[in-house]
Amino acid sequence: MNFDLRIPLGLIFSLYGIILIGTGLTSTPEMIRQTLGQNINLGWGVVQLLFGLTMLFLSRRKK
Amino acid sequence: MNPISAIHLGPVDYGILVIYFAFVLGIGFALKRSMTGSKEFFLSGRSIPAWVTGLAFLSANLGAQEVIGMAASGAKYGLMTSHFYWVGAIPAMVFLAIFMMPFYYGSKARSVPEYLKLRFDEKTRGFNAISFAVMTIFSSGISLHALAKLLETLVHWNYWTCITVSALIVLVYIFLGGLTSAIYNEVLQFFMIVMGFAPLVYLALQDAGGWTVLKEKLIPVATGQGFAPGTWSQSWAHLGNPIENPMGVGWFGMVMGLGFVLSFGYWCTDFLVVQRAMAADSMSAARRTPLIAAIPKMLFPALVILPGMIAIALHQQSGGMFLPTATDGTPDYNMVIPTLLAKYLPTGLLGIGFTALMASFMSGMAGNVTAFNTVWTYDIYQSYFAPNKSDSHYLWMGRFATVFGIVVSIGAAFLASQFNNIMDMLQLVFGFVNAPLFATFLLGMFWRRTTGHGAFFGLIGGTTAAALFHGLALAKGCVPGIKGGWLEPMFSFQSEMGQNFWMAIVAWSACFGLTILISLLTRRTKSDEDLKGLVYSLTPKPKAEDEAWYKRPVLVGILVMVAVIILNLLFL
Repeated sequence: MNFDLRIPLGLIFSLYGIILIGTGLTSTPEMIRQTLGQNINLGWGVVQLLFGLTMLFLSRRKK
Repeated sequence: MNPISAIHLGPVDYGILVIYFAFVLGIGFALKRSMTGSKEFFLSGRSIPAWVTGLAFLSANLGAQEVIGMAASGAKYGLMTSHFYWVGAIPAMVFLAIFMMPFYYGSKARSVPEYLKLRFDEKTRGFNAISFAVMTIFSSGISLHALAKLLETLVHWNYWTCITVSALIVLVYIFLGGLTSAIYNEVLQFFMIVMGFAPLVYLALQDAGGWTVLKEKLIPVATGQGFAPGTWSQSWAHLGNPIENPMGVGWFGMVMGLGFVLSFGYWCTDFLVVQRAMAADSMSAARRTPLIAAIPKMLFPALVILPGMIAIALHQQSGGMFLPTATDGTPDYNMVIPTLLAKYLPTGLLGIGFTALMASFMSGMAGNVTAFNTVWTYDIYQSYFAPNKSDSHYLWMGRFATVFGIVVSIGAAFLASQFNNIMDMLQLVFGFVNAPLFATFLLGMFWRRTTGHGAFFGLIGGTTAAALFHGLALAKGCVPGIKGGWLEPMFSFQSEMGQNFWMAIVAWSACFGLTILISLLTRRTKSDEDLKGLVYSLTPKPKAEDEAWYKRPVLVGILVMVAVIILNLLFL
């Protein structure tokens, strides 16, 4: 039987989310200027982390 | 080359790329245990849930041509490019779900060519299987070549290292996990594209001043090329006459050529996409597959076409300094996505965007390889070379075909890198073969009187008609030869795209007419009993009444069509 795809999806996007949040928290002023004054790494990092966690949650709930 | 489009990856970006490759290979290794027989390897054991096959269905088509090419078209033609989605994809996907999937899935055919064998005869299947196998392997090579060339330009990686590494990764995960591995990775790639491109479009659109300001900025782009002011921001308003729009296409050619013949021919008969739906875990899931794909598909213009429109607006505004310039002096449209990536994404998200781009090339290749190994093993090897072997023998052959397919892809990439003309020539011939195909399927599925001879000679006739038409037609500004008119340039077209759409219409009509004529003149070889499950009037309708409303194909199909009509009206 194949494993649930939501597990790797959840893992990789949670991991990417954490990496982006980390990068966002250590952004240089130059990076913030490049993204028109916003911390896009931080914002999208949170989105990806939430997506990843949702996938992991769904894969555990439905068994 | 303009320096802005060089991408500088930081350590975080490389980290993201490496993690992606680790997951891709990990999925392959984790699926190795599930590959117990040929049915598991080629058809995923018909066990995949609908949301997975649906996203893979979409993603298998989301290869290099899509991401880079649609952004390029967005810059070159503006919002009209959305016709490739709202006219040239969604209606065909809905048709496939409602009317055709019951035959593909219900007939227990293992491939599209095998359906032709069951419905018609051996020669029709052979023609389709062999042309499809050759085509997919060359497409896979072209994907590979495009990826390596892009990486060479953007990040200065060695061309042959790129080819070898990406081919090897694709090889390993398909070899281990078969179609399931390809499907799982396509879904992963789908989310990578969304996650990487959504912030890119968000930032670029913000920089351009939002949608309303963007539309104003697109006015000089249109008027500068001698078109009406709204040409770049309206999808239908300038289709009255081919000379009124940059595509050089009129509404009839657009609707019939792209929207009917080419679109239905691709989405409803190309095994590359249909294979994803055939892997679904039930008839209901198989029918829902194209519908689930249609929902993100109709929103994708925002992710892949809009960036092109933004880029050309900014290019115009900056006096031609935004996009790099191609050798012929026009903006290098293929650099839209790389330029935007380099400009707007900081290290971190840049890694996601760049990885998404690489992922789309690789899964485009993987899709071709899985379709190839199935058609090769079931429709060519098992049919003509080694029938009645054990299942494990065919599983072994599938793995061997994967290796073989990838080696040939690398050869095709080499050809593409050395001889541009060979690739143009091949794609032209593929175009001749593909154009009439939908007529054969339509008649086969809905008219029981269609015979094997009718189908086969109709196809040959349609292909010949396409080649003849190509010999007689020529687009403005082209020299007779590979672009057309090699017999006698009798018909002139505003653009190559318009010529191509009309070629499809001619090929389809010839195939349709000939198939009917020959079928009426030849004897039926299949009785009504043989055709049960293969022809509409002889197949019991699949019941969906007892399922939840969102699982009923007809209802969801209607909703999808309504939504796409609204989209067309909004951006008229």
